[in-house]
Amino acid sequence: MSGLRFVLRRVALSLVTLWLLSVIVFLGAQVLPGDVGRAILGPLADPRAVAALDHKLGVDRPLLVQYWDWSSHFVTGDMGRSLVYRQPVGPFLAAALANSLKLAAIAFLLVVPLGIFGGVVAAMNVGRALDRIITVTGLSMTVVPEFVSSIVLILIFGVWLEWLPVSASWREGAGAFTQFRHLLLPAVPLVLVLFGYIARMARAGTVEALDADYTRTAVMKGLPFRTVVWRHVLPNALLPTITVIATQMGYLIGGLVVVETVFHYQGIGSLIYNAAKAKDFPMLESGVLMIGVVYTIATLIADVLYSLLNPRIRFGGRE
Amino acid sequence: MSEVTTASVAVETLRTVRRERLRVILRSPTFLAGAILVGFWILCALVGAAVVPVDPYATDLLHELAPPSAAHWFGTDQLGRDVFSRVIVGARDILTVAPLATLLGTTLGTALGLVTGYFGGIVDETISRLIEAVLALPLIVVALLALVAIGASDSTVVVVIGLVFTPVISRTVRAAVLAERSLDYVSAAELRGEGSLYIMFVEILPNVVPPILVETTVRLGYAIFAVASLSFLGFGIQPPSADWGLTIADNYGLIDGGFWWTVTFPAIAVASLVVGVNLLADGLSKALAE
Repeated sequence: MSGLRFVLRRVALSLVTLWLLSVIVFLGAQVLPGDVGRAILGPLADPRAVAALDHKLGVDRPLLVQYWDWSSHFVTGDMGRSLVYRQPVGPFLAAALANSLKLAAIAFLLVVPLGIFGGVVAAMNVGRALDRIITVTGLSMTVVPEFVSSIVLILIFGVWLEWLPVSASWREGAGAFTQFRHLLLPAVPLVLVLFGYIARMARAGTVEALDADYTRTAVMKGLPFRTVVWRHVLPNALLPTITVIATQMGYLIGGLVVVETVFHYQGIGSLIYNAAKAKDFPMLESGVLMIGVVYTIATLIADVLYSLLNPRIRFGGRE
Repeated sequence: MSEVTTASVAVETLRTVRRERLRVILRSPTFLAGAILVGFWILCALVGAAVVPVDPYATDLLHELAPPSAAHWFGTDQLGRDVFSRVIVGARDILTVAPLATLLGTTLGTALGLVTGYFGGIVDETISRLIEAVLALPLIVVALLALVAIGASDSTVVVVIGLVFTPVISRTVRAAVLAERSLDYVSAAELRGEGSLYIMFVEILPNVVPPILVETTVRLGYAIFAVASLSFLGFGIQPPSADWGLTIADNYGLIDGGFWWTVTFPAIAVASLVVGVNLLADGLSKALAE
């Protein structure tokens, strides 16, 4: 009962967040540029041409009308027409999202086990040299911008060793393995950024669990250390890591903007970047809002999953 | 008489704590490594232009893309400009824009955090929801949206990153203020009849400085990360600056041809600066936590 109430409350809060987000994005893309037609046509354009374009885009209508028009259409899947391609935004967005999902999935498949393993190993050796090495390396890799690590990776694995293709575009109909080969190099910068966060959380959780009374009890009653770690330490230690992994979705998508641009990959990140370069406001607005939707859903799932897995929240109810 | 003694003892203890903290900070190898890296780049930003061997903006079309040599330590780029001089001078813009953005974010965030933490209730609830909405977007994406809308320049980058940081910093400050709010000295000040502004900024603020300091250093790292990435994407620092992100964007199309020196050195520069700032932050937060 309390579990259902918790889920409903979280869903309601997510909806409020999304609504606010849509207002922010709308204000950012429609109001901040001032005259949208002027922003697209440039400072030298004929005022009549600007007025005509404004009318055609519908940006000469009252703000509330524009917002209602845009948001109600977005909800039904109609995201307007791209100014550059003169076609509906929806199909572009869907294809880009699917591509990004592929890249993100490879990055997550690599980083989640690596990060957890690194964090647990560091925690087992807490205070020793190995712990320091993993922590400092993780911290350092996490803070280096993706474009820097991308360039270094391209130089080493693409140009010098020639092991991997430096561009993430492949011929139509390429098999899964070819696609994977092309996506491996772009996935690594994302892995580097995420590794530090996940390892840090896994380390903190494991250190705490190793120190807990139940672990001492398990050791004292004579269980083999391996069993203690697998049965008692890890399940408790890794629970908070789930939430961190989900919140990293935001950073991941931010990273996609850079990585997809460097590797020429047609995902949501490069879609937003190209829309921004071309001042394609309908595309930009919908792309940005879509990122917000994906992020909000991911954190929602993580919160619900966490509460389902954590008995203290599952049975706790109200205090 | 005894009251005065207690007070002076308290002040003395506080001083000892502060001196002890400083000693811990200065002994931390992480902090020192960070200080050396960041110090080097600050020095380059301040005096780099005066000491570089070659004019970083001078083009030399006879020596385009020359590999590293005695004349050009880091080689030359596609316009024949000296890469070494450009890397040294390139520290200046990012070390102006990123700290200013952080300063703006810290100032606004601290004020917002003090207000939400002190008053609580509906003000707090409303602002928290708004903050959550902004945080649902990655920094780069928010910045991209805003910079397209208002046009990219050094000052707009400062304002946009500063504003995006405001809610994040305000959350940290708010948490610290909530912990202070219930302490006796706040009630005492309220009973004395002090105004809210006085209590927030004169009574509470000095007590929440350590977490703000750590948060500011961490944010500075993010600001450098963001400014470099935005410059790389063409929405940050604008040409003809020798900025590292901008330089890499100009030259990375050439690395297929083996011209590694045009991008490798600026890449190392960005990496060493962000790692340096984050080592500083790490050392600082560990020392203040002890």
